[in-house]
Amino acid sequence: MPDGSHIVDLQACAPKPARAILPLEARDLTYQVNDLRLIDRLTLRFEDSGLSAIIGPNGAGKSLLLRLLHGLIAPSGGDVLWRGETANEGIRQRQAMVFQRPVLLRRSVAANLRYALRTARGASPDAINGSGLNGSVEEWLARANLLHLADRPARLLSGGEQQRLALARALSRRPEVLFLDEPTASLDPTATLAIEELIGQAKAEGTKVILVTHDLGQAKRLADEILFLHRGRVEARAPTEQFFSDPENDNAAAFLAGRLVF
Amino acid sequence: MQDFGAAFGLAFDLILSGNADLAEIVLLSLQVSLTAVLFACLIGLPLGAATAIFRFPGRGALIVLMNALMGLPPVVVGLFLYLMLSNAGPLGPLALLYTPTAMIIAQSILVAPIVAALTRQVVADLHSEYDEQLRSFSVGRWAAIGTLLWDGRYSLMTVALAGFGRAIAEVGAVIIVGGNINHVTRVMTTTIALETSKGNLALALALGIILVGIAVAVNASVMSLRATAARAAYA
Repeated sequence: MPDGSHIVDLQACAPKPARAILPLEARDLTYQVNDLRLIDRLTLRFEDSGLSAIIGPNGAGKSLLLRLLHGLIAPSGGDVLWRGETANEGIRQRQAMVFQRPVLLRRSVAANLRYALRTARGASPDAINGSGLNGSVEEWLARANLLHLADRPARLLSGGEQQRLALARALSRRPEVLFLDEPTASLDPTATLAIEELIGQAKAEGTKVILVTHDLGQAKRLADEILFLHRGRVEARAPTEQFFSDPENDNAAAFLAGRLVF
Repeated sequence: MQDFGAAFGLAFDLILSGNADLAEIVLLSLQVSLTAVLFACLIGLPLGAATAIFRFPGRGALIVLMNALMGLPPVVVGLFLYLMLSNAGPLGPLALLYTPTAMIIAQSILVAPIVAALTRQVVADLHSEYDEQLRSFSVGRWAAIGTLLWDGRYSLMTVALAGFGRAIAEVGAVIIVGGNINHVTRVMTTTIALETSKGNLALALALGIILVGIAVAVNASVMSLRATAARAAYA
């Protein structure tokens, strides 16, 4: 469990991200492999605050949807629009993503963060060395409770520490939208709690978080709204409390009840 | 067999006495081969990395060509370069034939495809791991090449080592464009060939022992570096 005394409140040293790219819209978004539609003419819109959790059975297309929205994969059809525009360099720089299996550079913990800061929008020597808009390497390491591991090779960290580093690295770029693809999969409760605290802080600072998770408890704890994805379509979308108390969709109800959904 | 033993004895005498001629040959060999590897890396590392990352028409053919050129016959390279550098050739006015520079060029031509082809494989493997993360960071492809080369540096040292092995052991090309001129272009391999044909086995063996020693020492140091890097999860 992270030691709270190490956590630095970066709200004091970094401004909230200006709303430049939200709302995010998917219009008739389709991703097809041969004749199989993995994302099926999906239309949805994310407004500019809170945490949206995407849940659903395996193979529903959750991670694929996240990659399509983030622009890592080109859709077979439809559009992803950021404030009505397709993504450009400026828009891409205002997003970040953390993957289920963190991809850490073959460098030290501090060097991983330094790389993220150096490649962030508006990067300057100040941003990397200390007093820039994004905060310094040390501040972010402290926030993720990794300051004592700064010089360790990143790939030698434990699973939970690696994911904290990946999340701190993503947040250090001050994204307006943060995509999280099962960031706590295969982590123990202590490591999960540390990750959730970081996510909660990001959300509190105004970052829009779109989270894919299999952990219904996590969705309940963190999300403002739930999207239930099944066969590449959003079959249910509701505020968290309402979704869990009264899922209007049969498949969503079956999923919540722990029954197999095909 | 007795002659063989005596030759070994003489060889060690030459090495231990710090024979000036021997030292000159060894130093020139190292100078030529290390410089050639440096130039080959300057060409091969970015070329291999770019081929791993960029998609363009003819990429497949280029990869096949790079792989094929790894087995380029040194005498063919020597002959080609001889024709280019001879007085009647297009580069004749540069008067590079029978100079160490010509030998460096020859070895660079031989080593660059090895460095490029092996670099492509190293960078392609690393790129498949880093690709989504780097694109998520909005890192452009040129910047990605720098990142991949840096993070793959320990594997790329082995690539450079393979190139050095090719260069230092090479004889066919350097004897054609260098001419094996005493105190000018005489390197270890060409001297071994010459002295063996003259029956001077002691010098040939001494150089052979040094050549093998250099190969073992360079391999051992790079292996040790890689093992350290791997233990530290940097490789």
